[in-house]
Amino acid sequence: MRHTISVLVENKFGVLARVAGLFSARGYNISSLAVSDTLDPTVSYMTIVVEAEDEKVLEQIKKQLNKLIDVITITDFTKKEHINRELILVKVNYSPKDKARLEGILSKYIAKIIQHKGDTAIIEAVDEQEKIKELLEVLSRFGIKELVRTGRVVIA
Amino acid sequence: MTGAQILIESLKREGVEVMFGYPGGSVLPIFDSLYDSDIRFILTRHEQGAAHAADGYTRATGKTGVCIATSGPGATNLTTGIANAYMDSIPLIAITGQVKTFLIGNDAFQEADITGVTRPITKHNYLVKDVKDLARIIKEAFHIASTGRPGPVLVDIPVDVQQYEADFVWPEEIVVRGYKPTYFGHPGQIKKAAKLITACKRPLIYAGGGIITSGAHKELKDLAERIKAPVTMTLMGLGGFPGTHELSLGMLGMHGTAYANHAIMDADLIIAVGARFDDRVTGRLDAFAPLAKIIHIDIDPASISKNVRVDVPIVGDAKNILGQLLEEIKQVSDMSDWLKTIESWKKKYPLAYKDGGKIKPQYIIEQIYEATKGEAIITTEVGQNQMWACQWYKYGYPRTFISSGGLGTMGFGFPAAIGAKVGCPEKIVFDIAGDGSIQMNIQELATCVSNKINIKVAILNNGYLGMVRQWQELFYKKRYSYTRIYNPDFVKLAESYGAAGLRVTKKEEVRPAIEKAIAIDNTVFIDFHIEPEENVYPMVPAGEAINRMIGGMA
Repeated sequence: MRHTISVLVENKFGVLARVAGLFSARGYNISSLAVSDTLDPTVSYMTIVVEAEDEKVLEQIKKQLNKLIDVITITDFTKKEHINRELILVKVNYSPKDKARLEGILSKYIAKIIQHKGDTAIIEAVDEQEKIKELLEVLSRFGIKELVRTGRVVIA
Repeated sequence: MTGAQILIESLKREGVEVMFGYPGGSVLPIFDSLYDSDIRFILTRHEQGAAHAADGYTRATGKTGVCIATSGPGATNLTTGIANAYMDSIPLIAITGQVKTFLIGNDAFQEADITGVTRPITKHNYLVKDVKDLARIIKEAFHIASTGRPGPVLVDIPVDVQQYEADFVWPEEIVVRGYKPTYFGHPGQIKKAAKLITACKRPLIYAGGGIITSGAHKELKDLAERIKAPVTMTLMGLGGFPGTHELSLGMLGMHGTAYANHAIMDADLIIAVGARFDDRVTGRLDAFAPLAKIIHIDIDPASISKNVRVDVPIVGDAKNILGQLLEEIKQVSDMSDWLKTIESWKKKYPLAYKDGGKIKPQYIIEQIYEATKGEAIITTEVGQNQMWACQWYKYGYPRTFISSGGLGTMGFGFPAAIGAKVGCPEKIVFDIAGDGSIQMNIQELATCVSNKINIKVAILNNGYLGMVRQWQELFYKKRYSYTRIYNPDFVKLAESYGAAGLRVTKKEEVRPAIEKAIAIDNTVFIDFHIEPEENVYPMVPAGEAINRMIGGMA
């Protein structure tokens, strides 16, 4: 099962390594991670997405996260109602005759063409994970040249 | 003041009287300040010895031990000692030198990323980048190490930070917002636990190292006597309840007593206090305590329901919670049938060994117990020596049994004995050792002799790495792969360091040799030549239910 956990931590060097270490020590792969400052400069916010088959192990990771001195609070959004967003930037093959078709597709998502040069267009999309997945499938018909994405962020 | 002076002043403010360690290039400023200080410094012969000695000091006194080493190899040599303290929840401060701040990450001479290395084996660690933070960090480090579920904290101080000048500002109080241990049990949970205790018919208290850490031995005894519950202890809990008490079942688990393990299987209520259901205790998990409801008292929420399902978890300090429980429990059932059953197991399956042949190690430990009247501090190495020391010495008081529980570190007992003796100079300190383990930190003989630290080391010399050999005998068709070991002449070796050595090859020499060793005002190695293939019994094979014991007369 895919879990989304947010962790409020002290904004200090080494904290990310401590947090990540709890996952890696148990052989868990972090599938997405977003770290940023908050309004309080002494605090950072991490959003971690992790795939965990064994709920017990995840429970243990959450308890161990809570034990880290630099961790202030943690929240598991998995069973909570929440809004999640990811941002992608994607380069696709592009020719002017595709313009209308591409714009038609993008209008169904929170997405737009932000640049086109020669035979390449760069598209920006911000949406929830399922929609992003769907969009990428559609865009793959044009031919995806490059894809970068941020970690998921959530708010409840 | 320089950073080094700030460090020493901070340590003094924390009440540090003694440190264990080893100098080197990256701690020269600290050692220069130490030279003028009244903190006693014990120079070990290896940094691992320093970490274990500081750990032994903590376990014997309850005061947070301090060790120090230089950067790079000095720091990495501390790591086994730090991991050992971490697994057993022992508060310890490890101070390491680091290369100059502007060289960090450059593969400088004797550089190691020690905060990175020790991240998973410390409760917390610090790299001090600004001398102005140093005093606060030291205060925080002691606070974090010694409170909640205790553990080691490492402070890594670059050599230039040791040299920079700053005003000494000792913080009045410290605020760590992410760290707020729970000390008192939730009243609702206390009520639920009391209800279970009132209703049960076959209770068993399973007590761990948390009893000793929190100083809950008196409350534990009160509770056991009040509700007439037998008490079994983990290795870490030995001494937390008097081994001579009629309600004591000794240690449980893989090499526990048969009656303790049977009691686990038959109990209808298990009150776990400051213990964590380690695999060496529970055996096969799905067969553990099948009839029992479980109350689990622990200061670490992460220990609860980690291995076994728990009916009533209570997070907090053992001493407080046992006190709360004692107030809440009004009335209990008549336990006489249960206690009669326990008594019958004790008669039917006593700890036992067959005499005859060469000297039996169990006999040696019984004789040490008698000769010291049960008043000594016993440290152990790891392996058969450790298990026999658990089984055959009856620990009457907390902090008298010092052993590497979680990590199982061979080479722990001897330096730990040094720390214990430094902390409790009036006590007789015995290290019960194997011929394998003692050679893992044997260099500390020089530390004993040069500092006049008087320790007795009982080497149970069987010419084997005995516990591994036992497993090979039982589970690998006696294929003794690399467990037969060549040993030095331990008597001459001790003498060459300026310590004393005694050799014992006959049963009738055992007691006189122990008495003689105690009378000698020096560290003494007693080289007991024991039955080479004696096994530790009873034994629960790994992965079996804990009442499936094999071997011996049990």
